[in-house]
Amino acid sequence: MGKWTRRGFIGAGLVAGGALVVGVAIRPGDRTDDLSKYVAGEGEHLLTAWVKIAEDNKITAIIPHGEMGQGVHTALSAMLAEEMDADWAALKVMEAPAEKEYANFPLVREFIAGGKNVPGLVFDTLNGVTLAVAKSMDMQITGGSTSVRFTGTGAMQTAGAATRELLMRAAAKDWDVNVSELRTAKSVIHHDATNRSAPYGQFAAAASKMKPNLHPKLKSRNDYELMGKPLPRLDIPAKVDGTAGFGIDVKVEGMKYATVMAAPVHGQTVLRLDKAAAEAVAGVISVHNMGSYVGIIAEGYWPAKQGLDALDVEFTKTDETSLSQDQLFAQYGAALDNGKRKTLHKAGNVAKAAERAAQVIEAEYTVPYLAHACMEPMNATAWVHDGKADIWCGTQNPLGTRMAVAKALELDAENVTLNTAFMGGGFGRRAIPDYVLQAAKLSKVSGHPVKLIWTREETTQQDHFRPAVLGRYRAALGEDGMPLSWESVFVHKMDPPEASHVPYAIPNQKIQVVESPSHTRLGPWRSVDHTQHGYFTESFIEELAHAAGKDGYEYRRALLADKPRFVKTLDAAAKLGKWGAPLPKGQARGISIVESFMTICAQVVTVDMTDGNPRVVHVACAADPGFAVNPDGFEAQMQSGIIYGLTAALYGEISLEDGAVAQSNFHDYEILRMDAAPKIDTIILQSDAKLGGGGEPGTPPIAPAVANAVFNATGKRIRKLPMRDLDLGLAS
Amino acid sequence: MVQLKINGESATLDVAPDTPLLWAVREQLGLTGTKFGCGIAMCGACTVHVDGQPVRSCSTAIADVEGADVTTIEGVKAADGTLHAVQQAWIDHQVPQCGYCQSGQIMSAVALLRDTPNPSDADIDTAMAGNICRCGMYDRIRAAIKTAAKGA
Repeated sequence: MGKWTRRGFIGAGLVAGGALVVGVAIRPGDRTDDLSKYVAGEGEHLLTAWVKIAEDNKITAIIPHGEMGQGVHTALSAMLAEEMDADWAALKVMEAPAEKEYANFPLVREFIAGGKNVPGLVFDTLNGVTLAVAKSMDMQITGGSTSVRFTGTGAMQTAGAATRELLMRAAAKDWDVNVSELRTAKSVIHHDATNRSAPYGQFAAAASKMKPNLHPKLKSRNDYELMGKPLPRLDIPAKVDGTAGFGIDVKVEGMKYATVMAAPVHGQTVLRLDKAAAEAVAGVISVHNMGSYVGIIAEGYWPAKQGLDALDVEFTKTDETSLSQDQLFAQYGAALDNGKRKTLHKAGNVAKAAERAAQVIEAEYTVPYLAHACMEPMNATAWVHDGKADIWCGTQNPLGTRMAVAKALELDAENVTLNTAFMGGGFGRRAIPDYVLQAAKLSKVSGHPVKLIWTREETTQQDHFRPAVLGRYRAALGEDGMPLSWESVFVHKMDPPEASHVPYAIPNQKIQVVESPSHTRLGPWRSVDHTQHGYFTESFIEELAHAAGKDGYEYRRALLADKPRFVKTLDAAAKLGKWGAPLPKGQARGISIVESFMTICAQVVTVDMTDGNPRVVHVACAADPGFAVNPDGFEAQMQSGIIYGLTAALYGEISLEDGAVAQSNFHDYEILRMDAAPKIDTIILQSDAKLGGGGEPGTPPIAPAVANAVFNATGKRIRKLPMRDLDLGLAS
Repeated sequence: MVQLKINGESATLDVAPDTPLLWAVREQLGLTGTKFGCGIAMCGACTVHVDGQPVRSCSTAIADVEGADVTTIEGVKAADGTLHAVQQAWIDHQVPQCGYCQSGQIMSAVALLRDTPNPSDADIDTAMAGNICRCGMYDRIRAAIKTAAKGA
């Protein structure tokens, strides 16, 4: 096995020093034996899978998640340090290697299971969140807002507490005192009765030979010193002076540059390729027909791009070559009319409820495909030589990527080394390793170390998109205007399974899905299925409130009366957003509330319709994540999720023309900019609930809150996103 | 051969004259703090200063900056390593998330504050609208610019 190579190009101060030398403390039968060789250097002792301590008392948290700006390295190391009583200021962080021992399939399974059932094994496996099935699944995912929720509590806090216990036991033995007489603070153990103190590092070697307690006592929230307080993010200093190392910044000796053009319609292949024009470009080294794409290797990105522009290539035609956006939605409509329905959730009897209805409300909503549009175009660097592959890239799934490279190159996984870098945005896109496989194959066929950089156009068109979705909704209202029933049927379903469920107390429900596949590649997009269902559910409930002649806030509140966390969150947003207070002419408010990834988030937006286009001037956001480990980081995630969702609501649309993606760059796939960015105020509510996610829950509520505000300003209901091209008219 | 000044030092570059400044800076000079985002001057990630003015280096041919004074994110700190007021404000407000766009954001903000020491919200909108932040940190960028303005 090739040793994990430290990320030498990452900003100074982030990665622990020390050579990687095998031969540290041996613990028979313990998984840390297997791990030490990857992560522990000389004089360093791995006490659990997640922490190593050097004899000079330098402590390193080993984080099994990628940093893409969500602050995960900071939050997780704080959770470790909290329980360990480690000196936060001196703590180092390293990213875990892409090894099976750091696989976290249970986290993924939990994500798929929807946050309702935390597998007990997560909490029972101190040395990681791994088991046979995890290893076989090759997953090491950063996604689903799982990092803090599960790795944090299940691994980091538990490991921190167990490590502290180990060190205290070692100290007690050495000093011949009772463990209960010891106290710890800032990586030092004290025995006050004999006035003795010693750093953790002094006991690291002895502690690493002891058996850890798998169920150490964790601190109560009231005793936290680090968790729950705003912590400066560890990765930020390197991100203000240009020294942070992203995948695109990797430097490898002898490296050439590559760019690619894939078939514009997924499923097509190269039919005819005339290499001459591209090869004639100065600086172009070689042009390669890779089957479904063409790769150009050059002395720099610029000549490679010029070669791409000169390329004379024709792709095969497939059945999808003529597919337009209108045809796609017509196909969806036909599927909803006649397709086989699968029931996802059922309660009571919707047909009987309809018999008692004072009125029946129906609505159909559509959302388009969306690209992730990470700021850093897809890229990866590969050096395939002598039966080995060295890979450098930003990825949300290092282990899965490593295994995929091995499979694509027909190598044993042991011969593939993956080095991770900061990600210039992920949002789900970097969980899919297609770009890495291309780099590896281009290195193999060209014989060079290759840095593959996709153009922005390729990054837009060869994304794995948030699905375009059509959904139909029907509800029966009683004499009092409250819903007797709720029915929905829609196309497409990924995760999590509860995304289409409604939080409201409605006695009769039927929620169904119909499959209507197309050739378009789909992938997880920030908050996954919650993006469309947040919009559908929170728009339709507003339509019901309107039909009932009731205020949207009060209507929701009545239907959530048995859910105190929801009510509290909704009230907090309403108060922060001054619900009901007078506004200037042309402005109106809208409200929404969505629980996703175990965080409840309510938003009240103020929209200005003075010129006929929605301009969001203010967003009041209230969120209950149970407990925010780094409140400032959590607030940043809410702000980020809101802007991400607002961009989609106002502008976001990937559409098909002749089966291919019509958009290409930021001129036709617009992103919200400073001059259109609302002021955002966030309030974080603490509750006794388990930790909820941070990265995603800010996104789902924004689109319906804006749509509801536009309705309140103009009387026009928005049933189709994005809003940009709709004729909304002026405020009424 | 193109001669210019990069972060105060003379450099001679042997690249095709139509090569964008961005790629010369990143690949020939190894200054990777300046980022590639779109290639068509639509996102601002590649912003550098040419003779003090913010320009999109992805769409500026190297031949057009012959003899010019180019500053990249690596040249914003003082010679003794002290951070520029804008960089410090970026840390104080915890602005970056993924951080990829931030070199360009900082270059735009530094130019703004040099020309407009006390910018209004409208000034900030105008100067910063060319820089996309996909992580959506506009609120923090605005606040950090105001803090840096006070400290300047």
